[in-house]
Amino acid sequence: MDLRFRPEYEAFRQEVRAFLTQHWTDEDRASAPPVNPRGMSLGTAIRNDERATRFRLAAIERGYLYRHVPRRYGGSEQPFDPLKLAIIQDEFRKAEAPGELIGQGPSMLVPTLLEHGTEEQKQRFIRDTLLGKIQWCQGYSEPGAGSDLASLRTRADLDGDFFVVNGHKIWTSNADTADWMFALVRTDPDKPKHEGISYLLIDMKSPGITVRPLRQMTGEADFNEVFLDNVRVPVTNLVGKRGQGWTVSRSTLKHERNLIGSALLSERVLDGVRFLAQALELRGRPAIQDPVLRARLVELETKVLASRYHGYRLLTLQARGEDPGIAGLVTKLYGTTLGYDVARLAMDVLSDRGLLAPGETTAPAMGMFLTAYMWSLGILIAGGTANIQRNVIAERGLGLPRDPRAQRDTGQNPKEG
Amino acid sequence: MDFGLSADQLLFQQTLRRFLAEQCPMTRVRAIMETETAHDLALWQGLCGLGVPGLIVPAEHGGGGLELLDLALAAEELGYACTPGPFLGHALATICVIEGASEEQRGHWLPTMAEGTSIGTVAWGEAGSQWNPEHWATFYEGGTLSGEKLFVPFANVADVLLVGARNAEGSVRLYRVEREAPGITITPLAVVDMTRKVQHVRFERTPATPLEGPPSGLQRAIDAGCILVAADAFGGSRRCLEMAVSYAKTREQFGQVIGAFQAVKHQLANMACELEPALSLWWYAAHAYDHIRDQCERHAAMVKAHLTDLYDRMTRDATELHGGIGFTWEFDLHLWFRRAIFDRGFLGDAHYHRERAARLAGW
Repeated sequence: MDLRFRPEYEAFRQEVRAFLTQHWTDEDRASAPPVNPRGMSLGTAIRNDERATRFRLAAIERGYLYRHVPRRYGGSEQPFDPLKLAIIQDEFRKAEAPGELIGQGPSMLVPTLLEHGTEEQKQRFIRDTLLGKIQWCQGYSEPGAGSDLASLRTRADLDGDFFVVNGHKIWTSNADTADWMFALVRTDPDKPKHEGISYLLIDMKSPGITVRPLRQMTGEADFNEVFLDNVRVPVTNLVGKRGQGWTVSRSTLKHERNLIGSALLSERVLDGVRFLAQALELRGRPAIQDPVLRARLVELETKVLASRYHGYRLLTLQARGEDPGIAGLVTKLYGTTLGYDVARLAMDVLSDRGLLAPGETTAPAMGMFLTAYMWSLGILIAGGTANIQRNVIAERGLGLPRDPRAQRDTGQNPKEG
Repeated sequence: MDFGLSADQLLFQQTLRRFLAEQCPMTRVRAIMETETAHDLALWQGLCGLGVPGLIVPAEHGGGGLELLDLALAAEELGYACTPGPFLGHALATICVIEGASEEQRGHWLPTMAEGTSIGTVAWGEAGSQWNPEHWATFYEGGTLSGEKLFVPFANVADVLLVGARNAEGSVRLYRVEREAPGITITPLAVVDMTRKVQHVRFERTPATPLEGPPSGLQRAIDAGCILVAADAFGGSRRCLEMAVSYAKTREQFGQVIGAFQAVKHQLANMACELEPALSLWWYAAHAYDHIRDQCERHAAMVKAHLTDLYDRMTRDATELHGGIGFTWEFDLHLWFRRAIFDRGFLGDAHYHRERAARLAGW
């Protein structure tokens, strides 16, 4: 065990720092557009203006961003090295420089296209997606197909060189602003449910698409319903073979869980809660002097640290080329339940001040913690609910038998990444 | 950067696990814990043969010259195997000497402790759940100790006791006492964890030798104790989860193995989800003990609280998942349940250590 980086890695760190000093100046940093309340999970990573694009192109050129993507598709094509990756992320975060864009396009669609896409699809979509020029939404869930995703009913019927799509997608984040949707549709209704599904790329400007915003419990409308009425999609937009959409989507979901499992958000929110507990008075003394709140702060800090060190362990296993097994499967459940507990502690520190809504100017931190509290529930559900995660841990991690009913249908559980 | 065990560490852990499975299976555990002392000389000598008592003792004093992480890996395996005997108290007594004695004293005392022919223990806790040295009342005056120490592991087996006591200047220091010294009264107790028996020890003008090394030795030993208890708790928790998973795969009800029911799966998944990241937590604390000293005390306090709370939940969930059989004396699970109770109380409860962590952060 050695938590220091070897000299070659320290040299690499210096190189990254020098690059950042030169290419991401104080002026660039100061020009950041305002971050929305939800942006605190994403920070500068989502920044997508001209300066950010210019910087990203330089960083790709130097081999710092999108290292897993070949150069011919707009990546920097570097050998897999989790330690260098950790150094890059660390230094970029400290410099508040734009990192790899995260979100459904770069984090989910791009890896899927790299694995299953045609040469034409890769050329057409990957580069622009990595730079944020094409925005994506995910057309998976339907009113009748949530955790049991494979029971989806949106149909795509072949008509010459086109699929004609009819159906109804729901919980579609960013559908109102997205340029394209990657969707699961049923192309072969007569086949067993997992075998009749295909993975299609749908242009959101196509005639027949109606997007209706859904307001979530936070009051904002970040997700939508999408109605598809005789939408014509060229067959060249099929990813993988017809009927293989389920397999193709499994690789996408795996990437989504990596996106959601990170401990960083909890770490930052907990820093905020501690600050809040030191600043706010609770019944005549700083909240942090309340013995129960103190104990819970320490307890959650301990779990946040466990999460961070667990990340070190996974990183080491990756670097050694070993399969992390169950250690890799628990990350999402641990991280999201921890996020939930941290946000709940914030509400207890706020006490009656938690009654004030986000945006209320007299509320501590403008009510930001209430947004975090509600979003901690959303994150518990997104990408496979906590109970679905428990199935995955139990079945694949502990080797317990699969659910007999799901097995009868398909031999595999729905929504399993 | 490498946050994982070395090939040597993995090999050592496997060797120790195999030794315990062969030399101290559960039938042997029960036989030993039913004896008056719960100390089996043959088992202890076997552990000495593997170098366990002296792992962390510097090589020039006859030990393995390894780090706290290596010792904690041993604690994990002993916890996993439910091993009875004086390992923990001995390890802490050894660390008291390594960290708190003068070079000359180390040269005198460590070699026999490293080979395990002289068994040590620590006498720290006092009445009123006082594990905080600032509140200890046992005092040293004119070459002798007087006072009462509670919950001393294997006091009736140990050759030497490392006692925390107040000197004439009011500072708390470590003192070495031989068990055969005059003025010692050892009170046997009926205890929950029969694999690690504790006694109360009363000193009445008992001759004692002050440790003449750095005064920080006591806190170092307390930190090490918190980390070793955490590693023990992890080993026991891992064993309980393994037993519960294996039972869920074989026990049939309603025409199928109970592990196919989601209620059972989810309970087991929750246990695994809590357990996995906890491993990295005590690894880090053990690593910090030798390499990131300024973080050690606070991490030690946090892992003691976290892992022993976890151990409590794991033993209770595992018992619940076993149904009626889990509640019987014949079934082994309750032996870990009892060890969890020891780990929670010994060195102070979780709340005490969380409060300490809060203070250490300056809150």
